[in-house]
Amino acid sequence: MNAITRIGDSLRTDGFRFPAFSVTGLAGTSFKHQHLPAIQAQARRHGFFEVHAENYMGAGGPAHRALERIRTDYPVSLHGVCMSIGGPQALDLAHLARFRSLVRRYEPALVSEHLAWSTHGTTYFNDLLPLPYTQATLSRVADHIDEVQTAIGRPILLENPSTYVAFRASTMLETDFVRALVRRTGCGLLLDVNNVFVSATNHGYSPLDYLDAFPLEHVGEIHLAGHTEQADDEGDPLLIDSHDRPVAQRVWNLFEIVVRRQGPLPTIVERDGSIPEWPALQAEAMAAQAILDRHVPIIREPAHAVR
Amino acid sequence: MLSGERARAGGHGLPSYADVLSPGLFDPAYGTPADLTGPNGKGAVKRYNVYRNNVTVSLIDALAAVFPATQRITGVDFFRAMARFHIRATPPRSPLLFEYGRDFPRFIETYEYAQPMPWLADVARVERAWLDAYHAADLPPLAGPELAAIPPEALASAVFEPHPATRIVRSEFPAVSIFVMNRGNGPVQAIRNVVPEDALITRPDQDVAVRVLPPGGAEFLTQLVSVTPFGEAAAAALEASAEFDLPTNIAGMIEAGVFAAVHAGEPS
Repeated sequence: MNAITRIGDSLRTDGFRFPAFSVTGLAGTSFKHQHLPAIQAQARRHGFFEVHAENYMGAGGPAHRALERIRTDYPVSLHGVCMSIGGPQALDLAHLARFRSLVRRYEPALVSEHLAWSTHGTTYFNDLLPLPYTQATLSRVADHIDEVQTAIGRPILLENPSTYVAFRASTMLETDFVRALVRRTGCGLLLDVNNVFVSATNHGYSPLDYLDAFPLEHVGEIHLAGHTEQADDEGDPLLIDSHDRPVAQRVWNLFEIVVRRQGPLPTIVERDGSIPEWPALQAEAMAAQAILDRHVPIIREPAHAVR
Repeated sequence: MLSGERARAGGHGLPSYADVLSPGLFDPAYGTPADLTGPNGKGAVKRYNVYRNNVTVSLIDALAAVFPATQRITGVDFFRAMARFHIRATPPRSPLLFEYGRDFPRFIETYEYAQPMPWLADVARVERAWLDAYHAADLPPLAGPELAAIPPEALASAVFEPHPATRIVRSEFPAVSIFVMNRGNGPVQAIRNVVPEDALITRPDQDVAVRVLPPGGAEFLTQLVSVTPFGEAAAAALEASAEFDLPTNIAGMIEAGVFAAVHAGEPS
């Protein structure tokens, strides 16, 4: 059973405000309001859009109008950025309630959050901060995922992080940690291929080894994005998950490897900085679509249909 | 894949990883937490600095997004230096960054280098109000006929329900003119008519509107917004300014969409 099927089924009990689009086999991009006129002017509707949940947590106004318009014509992936699922403290229940009402209001095809924390005490840090991987953090993160899934009434996809540091206290590999979370909570996974490449470079392991160890069979969505390069204390490359430039060729290569193994999973090209005109961003989504289309499973005719 | 794997006794009474990572994210005086490492014994100074930088830069960017006219007035370098002080003193307490910056105008008033621009804080107040109006709940504004339907004898004690987007910013400076001139990319000219401007910010439908209120208008609307009966509000406005003109202000408040509803009072 994959996450998308379950999500489609759960929607049906709620009654629809928006069309129940499928995202199977589609590539899309981050939705930026400045692109809306160009998107609406297109004759052909194809693909889907990802929105950051927090941007639509205001009471009303033009942000909601823009999302209503895009959701009327396209499937949407609702991507939470600051639930702080990976934090040691209890989830913010007010934030969880806002997240839940967005899920109800917009009936997104996909819902996702991060394996990271962003709030501690009363301070919101506006970054995806890392956590050590131990039995203790595993239990707490699993509880947080359960809490989110119970609140919204459907499973989420949990995204693997880009990290720049490791914790001496860690006792588990990230891939084992993620696999255990899937087993405990029934969540699906959002595989960010750029994050795989960034973290592998930063921590000195092979991205292919990571993918081999990652529970790919639970991936319901893929992210692609661009990164920048700095240097670590020893002068070696330290990659930054910056989302401000096109996807790197080596990330495209990893993406194709994943798609070859798992088939055409819904894929978002993320862009959050130095945002280009719509045609340039759309071209990246089309490049992803071309790779997905090369790996559509061949559906064999059932024997009784053959004359 | 992860190096230096080592179990640590469960966290009873020990500071959590978030306790250890957090203090240095805003304060450069803190060193790199000892629990952090790179792979194969590599250092973590620059690695931890990535997080410090992400936090500071992204929050400065967030303030710049809320206060674009303020940034245009001060210039980018001035603004970012000022914002850096503010985010360290007053980091966000909500993950909703469109709520951030409510204390920023007050900070600007106390910021030493902003003292030559005494009107800057009021421009920032208009910008903060603009964003509140932008995200406010959708509600149709009170229409003229609804107000006209109130019997004349019940008008004095009528009370108004403010529209969720409505904000009033009072200023001793031409805050609205400065705001309007700096909010876009158009040319900036000297302001010849240096008069106080009270701002009215509304969003009757999808577009936020910023207007200069006529004399006494801010007093009138502030009273009405705080549910003072109509008659008392008009009297207070007249007391605030002898130039207060009631018909002009009523027409203006309907046109701007200041209120969502009116409730007839007891006939007087």
